[in-house]
Amino acid sequence: MGIPTNQEQPFSVREMIVENQRRQHWPKRMEKIAPKLLFTLAALSVLVTLGILFTLLFETIEFFRRVSIVEFVTSKEWLPWNEEHGSFGVAPLVTGTLLTTGIAMLFAVPIGLASAIYLSEYASERTRRIIKPALEVLAGIPTIVYGFFALTIVTPLLQNVIPDLEIFNALSPGLVMGIMIIPMIASLSEDAMSAVPNSIREGALALGATKLEVALKVVLPAAASGVIASVILGISRAVGETMIVAVAGGSSPEFTFDVTKSIQTLTAYIVQVTTGDAGYGTTIYYSIYAVGMTLFLFTLVMNVLAQYISRRFREEY
Amino acid sequence: MMATKTKETKVAPLTVGSTAAMPTAESGEAKGVVYETKDLNLWYGEHHALKHIHLTIYENKVTAIIGPSGCGKSTYIKTLNRMVELVPNVRIAGHLAYRGRNIFDPSYPVEQLRTQIGMVFQKPNPFPKSIYDNIAYGPRIHGIRNKKVLDEIVEKSLRGAALWDEVKDRLRDHAYGLSGGQQQRLCIARCLAIEPDVILMDEPTSALDPISTLKIEELIQELKKQYSIIIVTHNMQQAARISDKTAFFLNGEVIEYAETSKLFSNPADQRTEDYITGRFG
Ligand SMILES: Nc1ncnc2c1ncn2[C@@H]1O[C@H](COP(=O)(O)OP(=O)(O)OP(=O)(O)O)[C@@H](O)[C@H]1O
Ligand SMILES: [Mg+2]
Repeated sequence: MGIPTNQEQPFSVREMIVENQRRQHWPKRMEKIAPKLLFTLAALSVLVTLGILFTLLFETIEFFRRVSIVEFVTSKEWLPWNEEHGSFGVAPLVTGTLLTTGIAMLFAVPIGLASAIYLSEYASERTRRIIKPALEVLAGIPTIVYGFFALTIVTPLLQNVIPDLEIFNALSPGLVMGIMIIPMIASLSEDAMSAVPNSIREGALALGATKLEVALKVVLPAAASGVIASVILGISRAVGETMIVAVAGGSSPEFTFDVTKSIQTLTAYIVQVTTGDAGYGTTIYYSIYAVGMTLFLFTLVMNVLAQYISRRFREEY
Repeated sequence: MMATKTKETKVAPLTVGSTAAMPTAESGEAKGVVYETKDLNLWYGEHHALKHIHLTIYENKVTAIIGPSGCGKSTYIKTLNRMVELVPNVRIAGHLAYRGRNIFDPSYPVEQLRTQIGMVFQKPNPFPKSIYDNIAYGPRIHGIRNKKVLDEIVEKSLRGAALWDEVKDRLRDHAYGLSGGQQQRLCIARCLAIEPDVILMDEPTSALDPISTLKIEELIQELKKQYSIIIVTHNMQQAARISDKTAFFLNGEVIEYAETSKLFSNPADQRTEDYITGRFG
């Protein structure tokens, strides 16, 4: 009833399209502007990133005018606040970061992969539909919450088992960072494993392989590039993680591999300085750029590695 | 139905030991019989996909299964190595014995069954690994680690699948670099590597060009000296060319099962005749 013309006259789709094309002028104009607009926006974001990078670089250079780069790399003492015996050896911050990251990965990789294998190879469609979004929610919890959790719950619990554990230590934030990373590794690895076609699983099962053999010897290798990428992303995340280690790791940069001791990570140092009252232009002020640069180099290496590995292991199916 | 009965009486002398037994009980192994199917029924959810199947499959023969699309050919062949149970909500009733042993017996590990039964799929499905690792996969999961032994298995299997000469210089290359026909022969070689007893093939040549198809058909003739082969095919000429016995399926039932020459030249059932002469939907 509402469509008057169609009742008697048969309509031609082709005519309608031609008619509309003739009438619509603005999509054509849009078509011309769109590439320019999109390019500008893309260029803008690249420029901003470059700007940040250059600031980082110039301030780092300024820092190395005041402190020798040899000291920065080789000294094992980080004592920026000490007026007389000040020392800027980045090693303690690096070990702090490596320690917490190492603990996190030791924890997150096996559990994350096990969860991914369970979800992709064993769980029913229903279970997967419930758990996958739940994982993504977990990944969205603000890290300050994890930091609190580490300090007020995990550390006291661990102290029951390890009496020597200091209030601030590497172990507790490391574990909690691991918990934070598990959903990411699980979810991304599960994506990679689910993308492996079923025909390949069937091929293996038909040879008499058990489900576990199929998962470990066919699906996991086939999904290797995605799985490795997820692990490297996890490492990047752990290296760059700030709040958890700042809250629960402490602020005593020690060159140590003892996980029960208070430590300080690269990121936690930056937080300490930026929330403190180090004046603009002081050596301490510049030091955060050098530390930031170190952090950047770490994650850069990780990203390049991830790119290389995912290309190297790519198995197309 | 009449044809099915004819088949039963014909089969009876070969399976004396089992005809007296209960349908679900273990039947004694009859000589020359690989599979014995008795009143097999299968449902996908509510859909009754296999109805009262009776079929006996013989050693060192090529048994072809033909029938229109959706009649249950793949379902039947996948039941033989229990791959059909990967589909959710599948229900199976009836008796299916492999070499005299009930394959649904809980004490018969499904992996053990599948080690005896090789399967070649419609679409080649090599693993995303090297040619060598594709063949070595089966032996490896069954505990064979010795490099020399594996080398030998790989060569023997590839020769068996008539692929050796084409790939002997690039065993470490990725299997996906092979052509479709080569991939399918690789999948056959992968089966041969664990020295199965039976090879199931579900339309193994339907994705291949005529030359690759011919190669695989020749291969099947060669393989039947050592293996029992069950092949699903839509290609009537192919069934007639390569098989010794043919079963005609329709709507989940076996309409006729006979010597291939007999079934194609002188079918007992009108529906078979309609199908093989192309007068059927
Ligand atoms: N996974 C499944 N879930 C539900 N129904 C299925 C499933 N697979 C097959 N069926 C149904 O069971 C019947 C038999 O299917 P089957 O795949 O065995 O046919 P087919 O004879 O192999 O056909 P084709 O020649 O097309 O391969 C069909 O009606 C089909 O729709
Ligand atoms: Mg089929």
